[in-house]
Amino acid sequence: MGKTWNNKAWFMVLPAFIVVALSAIIPMMTVVNYSVQDTFGNNEFFWAGTDWFKEVLASERFWGALGRNFAFSVIILLIEIPLGVFIALNMPRKGWTVSLCLVVMAMPLLIPWNVVGTIFLLILRTDIGLVGYAIDSLGIPFRYVGNPRDAWITVVAMDVWHWTSLVALLAYAGLVSIPDAYYQAARIDGASRFSVFRYIQLPKMKRVLLIAFLLRFMDSFMIYTEPFVATGGGPGTSTTFLSVDLVKIAVGQFDLGPAAAMSIIYFLIILLLSWIFYTVMTRNDENA
Amino acid sequence: MSTPLSPTKKEKRWPSLVVMTLYLLFMVIPIYWLIVLSIKDNTEIMNSFSVLPQEPTLKNYRYILTDYSWYVGYINSSIYVVLNMVISLLLALPAAYAFSRYRFLGDKHVFFWFLTNRMSPGAVYVLPFFQLYSAVGLFDTHWAVAFAHCLFNVPLAIWILEGFMSGVPKEIDETAYIDGYSFPRFFITVFIPLIRSGIGVAAFFCFMFSWVELLIARTLTSTFAKPIAAAMTRTVSATGMDWGALAAAGALTLIPGAVVIWFVRNHIAKGFALGRV
Repeated sequence: MGKTWNNKAWFMVLPAFIVVALSAIIPMMTVVNYSVQDTFGNNEFFWAGTDWFKEVLASERFWGALGRNFAFSVIILLIEIPLGVFIALNMPRKGWTVSLCLVVMAMPLLIPWNVVGTIFLLILRTDIGLVGYAIDSLGIPFRYVGNPRDAWITVVAMDVWHWTSLVALLAYAGLVSIPDAYYQAARIDGASRFSVFRYIQLPKMKRVLLIAFLLRFMDSFMIYTEPFVATGGGPGTSTTFLSVDLVKIAVGQFDLGPAAAMSIIYFLIILLLSWIFYTVMTRNDENA
Repeated sequence: MSTPLSPTKKEKRWPSLVVMTLYLLFMVIPIYWLIVLSIKDNTEIMNSFSVLPQEPTLKNYRYILTDYSWYVGYINSSIYVVLNMVISLLLALPAAYAFSRYRFLGDKHVFFWFLTNRMSPGAVYVLPFFQLYSAVGLFDTHWAVAFAHCLFNVPLAIWILEGFMSGVPKEIDETAYIDGYSFPRFFITVFIPLIRSGIGVAAFFCFMFSWVELLIARTLTSTFAKPIAAAMTRTVSATGMDWGALAAAGALTLIPGAVVIWFVRNHIAKGFALGRV
């Protein structure tokens, strides 16, 4: 569909542009401001140049948190995308069970993120938690507060519980849009279950799966609330992700310089990745 | 022609049934436990372990719903979520129309810039938001949170609405103009009814992301506009954790979501595809 060239359309975008810019650009300027200055209190600031950036980029703490962020995103994507597709393939298509599945699956998506953390805290504690108590009774030591591996299992399980349904619902939306005629044709050709998936279902899901991938990657890369509530970033720094660390430095220690420099680096990484995904996605839209 | 998700007729249905039952159990069990704990007494929670509550009590709920500092959190959250939803939609509707119908200077760049705001981590904005809203005297008001949440909800709403609007043929616009409709009249009486499901979906997502967000909402409020999510961080008392109250407060945050899901259940599937299937 050809769009007409009309610069007056800017007037329709302008209100949204102004509000979002107020929320995005002015605070960003503050961050840039802090990232190049130092202060000894009393609102006196000194030019610090790129010192904070050098400090952040040289600190193991930053690279550790960044590495954990990537590891976390990769793990949950590897679990949630295939699992979500698998669930979508197994979902019923007709009858009251569809509504039941949709409603139950959408539930976790609408729970405030700190409540998600609380729920997992309540279920994993060995004294009062259903799962924690059960595991403990089996004699398996599961200590999400003391053992880094168990803390990771907790954080990953929490994310899988919280977000797999989003992937499944997106994939399901792609599946229901496939006309029956496609399946009938496949049956006449004697196509196997796998080739139906590979040549009919997967291509139809491609666009929604890209959205799912993009949303899941971005949201997992800025995860804060759930690990903050459930593990508090510990034990040690084993589940301290960039967001958790950043809030700790900025609000906890009030180290504005390093926090600001870290914000900018964090933001640039996100911007770069967004740009890559966006380019891939729009190219895909044009080909579709 | 019955064609379930299994495309070949011979295939048995029971594996799907098992898979879905297990998955739904996985979804439900944590929520079930939250509700069970919320109807237990604290002494029962700490001293005896049982899958079913022995002496169900509504004590915890009564405590939350009669204590002002607790229940005001639900009111505060509801106010800023609704404010944010209305603001986001009012701003996003014309913008999405522009993106779906016209090409203009820098359109692709602006669209991408909007999306980057959806993707930027809240942690980056915590401190600057605090300073910005304190400076303009909006700190600890519902407006502050409602505006701050626009940062990610306006881009999302534009993205969703643009998808739905692009599905409406452009000929409809042209026919309306030929029939002598002015733009505002066309937009309100013809176009908006055509994309009402899209508006519903966008509203659902704005509600969802504003309702579940804690970090920014907590930073921008202290007492007057404190959201329920932040109120939940203060259940440690002299006698230890008040697990029952915590569970009851958590269980109550599920209700708005459950109500919203019930209303949109028939549109969820299409809605989650953001109008792009």
